[in-house]
Amino acid sequence: MNVMVTDPVQQGADDGRISDEVILKVDNISLSFGGVKAIQNVSFDVKRGEVRAIIGPNGAGKTSMLNCINGFYHPQQGTITYKGTARKQMKPHIAATQGIARTFQNVALFRGMSTLDNIMSGRTLKMKANLFWQMLRTGPAENEEIEHRKFVEKIIDFLEIQDIRRTPVGRLPYGLQKRVELGRALTMEPTLLLLDEPMAGMNLEEKRDMSRFIIDANEQLGTTVALIEHDMGVVMDLSDRVLVLDHGQMIADGTPDEVQANQAVIDAYLGVAHE
Amino acid sequence: MFYREVGDLKTTYRSDQQVLTITQERYAIFALLAFMYAVVPFIADDFWLNTVIIPALIFSLAALGLNILVGYAGLISLGTGGFMGVGAYACYKLTTIFPDVNIVFHILASGFFAAAVGVLFGLPSLRIKGFYLAVATLASQFFLEWAFGRIAWLYNYNDSGAIDAVNRSLGGFALTEPYGDTKFQYLVTLTIVVFLTLIAINILRGRFGRSWMAIRDMDIAAELIGIRLLPSKLLAFAISSYYCGVAGAMLVFLSLGSAEVESFDILNASFPVLFMVIIGGLGSIIGSFLGAGFIVVLPIIISTVPRFFEIDINSATVEHFRFMIVGALIIFFLIVEPAGLARLWQITREKLRLWPFPN
Repeated sequence: MNVMVTDPVQQGADDGRISDEVILKVDNISLSFGGVKAIQNVSFDVKRGEVRAIIGPNGAGKTSMLNCINGFYHPQQGTITYKGTARKQMKPHIAATQGIARTFQNVALFRGMSTLDNIMSGRTLKMKANLFWQMLRTGPAENEEIEHRKFVEKIIDFLEIQDIRRTPVGRLPYGLQKRVELGRALTMEPTLLLLDEPMAGMNLEEKRDMSRFIIDANEQLGTTVALIEHDMGVVMDLSDRVLVLDHGQMIADGTPDEVQANQAVIDAYLGVAHE
Repeated sequence: MFYREVGDLKTTYRSDQQVLTITQERYAIFALLAFMYAVVPFIADDFWLNTVIIPALIFSLAALGLNILVGYAGLISLGTGGFMGVGAYACYKLTTIFPDVNIVFHILASGFFAAAVGVLFGLPSLRIKGFYLAVATLASQFFLEWAFGRIAWLYNYNDSGAIDAVNRSLGGFALTEPYGDTKFQYLVTLTIVVFLTLIAINILRGRFGRSWMAIRDMDIAAELIGIRLLPSKLLAFAISSYYCGVAGAMLVFLSLGSAEVESFDILNASFPVLFMVIIGGLGSIIGSFLGAGFIVVLPIIISTVPRFFEIDINSATVEHFRFMIVGALIIFFLIVEPAGLARLWQITREKLRLWPFPN
C-alpha cells in the first residue's frame, strides 16, 4: 500500500480559507456487511474550510464512508472525531444538529413538495415555534416563517433558481433537482457539507454551474466540503486534497497533483489485477 | 377571464405566504362561508341537513384527519373507525360524568382521548411501513371494536349496549340529536369544522406539515435535515386521531343521536373515510371535503332520483343500484384521475386561470 502523507503548509491554492483546525478526523475505520468488507482501516482528516474529494472506482466504499460520517452506518472499528468529539455511533438527525449536511447520489428530494418547501425544510432544525403558535399561525410561528423565508430566498438567489420556486420538484429536470438538493443542504448552514456525486448525469454546462456553486459555497459561505465525484477534471480543479479508495482500502491521499502521479491510483483506475 | 390576477402582486413574504394567495379565491371562500352560514339554514330543509349536509361535514373532518396521516405523513391507517369510536365513547362518558360542562367542550376534549389511543397504536409506525402498517392499524380497529362492545362501563351498562341519546344544550337551546333543532346542530357542526380546518391548514403549511411531507417523500433525507422520525410520526398520529375522534363525537351527538359499535366498524367508518381520502385526493385539504361530499352525498342523490321522478321501484332495488352506481363511479374517477378530485379541481383551476387561451 502506498500512502502519501502531505504537509498541509505546502499545499497549493491555499488562499487563507483553509485553517489548521481539523474538523473531521476519521481513524482506522472498518465497516463490513457480513463477509463484504466495505471499508478497511481507512484514516483521513478534513480541515476547516477545505474542499476534500474522495475518489475511487465503483464499489470502493466512498458512499459507505459518507454514510459512516453522518451516522447511517456504524463502523465496526475505529473512531470518527468531529469538531473535537470522538464517537463511534451517531444518529443521522444528531449529525444534522451538529452541522453535517448531505446530498445524495440519486436525488433524495421531497418529490411532492415545491422547490421552496424543499429548501424551507432545510431550516426545520432552526425553527422553534411550538404547536400552539403553529396552529394559530401568528406571533412566533409567523415571524419565524418569514425570518427563515428571507434566508431561503438568499439561497434561492445564490443558486439562481428563482423561477422554479413554486414548481413541484418532481417535475424539474435532473440538473435542477441536483441544484435544489444542494440548496436544501446549504440552507442548513452546515459546517461540513457532504456531496455524493454532485455532477453525476450532468452535461458540461450543468457541471460548470454546479462547480461554481460548490466553489462559491466554499469560499463565500465558508462551508467545508467533502465530495465524491467521478469526473476527474472536476475533482482535480475543485479539491484541495484528494483521498483515493479502492476495494475499501485507502490507496492514496494528497494534493490533486500528487494523487495524479501516484502509481497505485493509476493502477486502480486502469485496472491492474489485485493480489 | 374568470381569474383576474394580473397586478395582484405580493410585496411582502407575509402576504406571499397566505393560505389563498389569489385575491379572488379569498373572496370566493368568504362568499362560500357566508352562504353556508346565512343562506343554507334557510333554504335547506331538515331532511337535507340531517341526512346530507351534517354527515358530509362531519365525515369531511374525519377525512381531513385521516388525510393528515395518510396523505401528508404517508402512514396508511385502517383504524379510523376505531379512533372515531374512541372520540364518541369518550364524549359520552365525559358528558355523563360531567353533565354540567358544555357539550361542545366535551366534543373538543374527547378528541384528546382519541389522540392518546392513536399515539399508542402509532408506535409500530417507526418500524413498519406501507401495507404492514395498515395491518397493524387494522389490529387497533379490531381491538377497539371489541372494547366498545364488551366493556360495559363505556356505554354506562345500558341494556341496549350502545350510546344512548342524551339531552344537552348550548346557550339555553337543546343541541344534541334528537332533542335539538337541526338548523342549530348544523351551525354548530359547521363552526367546529371550519375552526378545526383552519387549524389543520395552519399546521400543515408550517414546519410540522413540511416535516410530515418530508417523511412521506423520502424518510432518509428527512432524517438528515434533522427531523426525528418517531416524534414526527407520533405527532401525525395524534393530530390525525384527534380530528377523527372529534368527528366521531360529533357524529353521535350532532347527527345520529345514539350509536352502537357498528357505527364505527371497518365497513361503516374506516373504509368509507379512507375512500374519501383516496377519491378526494391524498395530501389535499380541499380533497378531503370533495371526497367526503362524493361518498356521503352521491348515494343519497342516487336513491332520491326514482322518488324525484316518481318511478315506482321498491327500495331494496334502489339500494342495490346505489351500490353498483357508486362503485362504478369510484372506479371511473380513479381511472380518470388517480390523484383524486382535488387534482381534477387543480387542473380545472389552471385552465380557468389561462382561459380562453389553451393550456
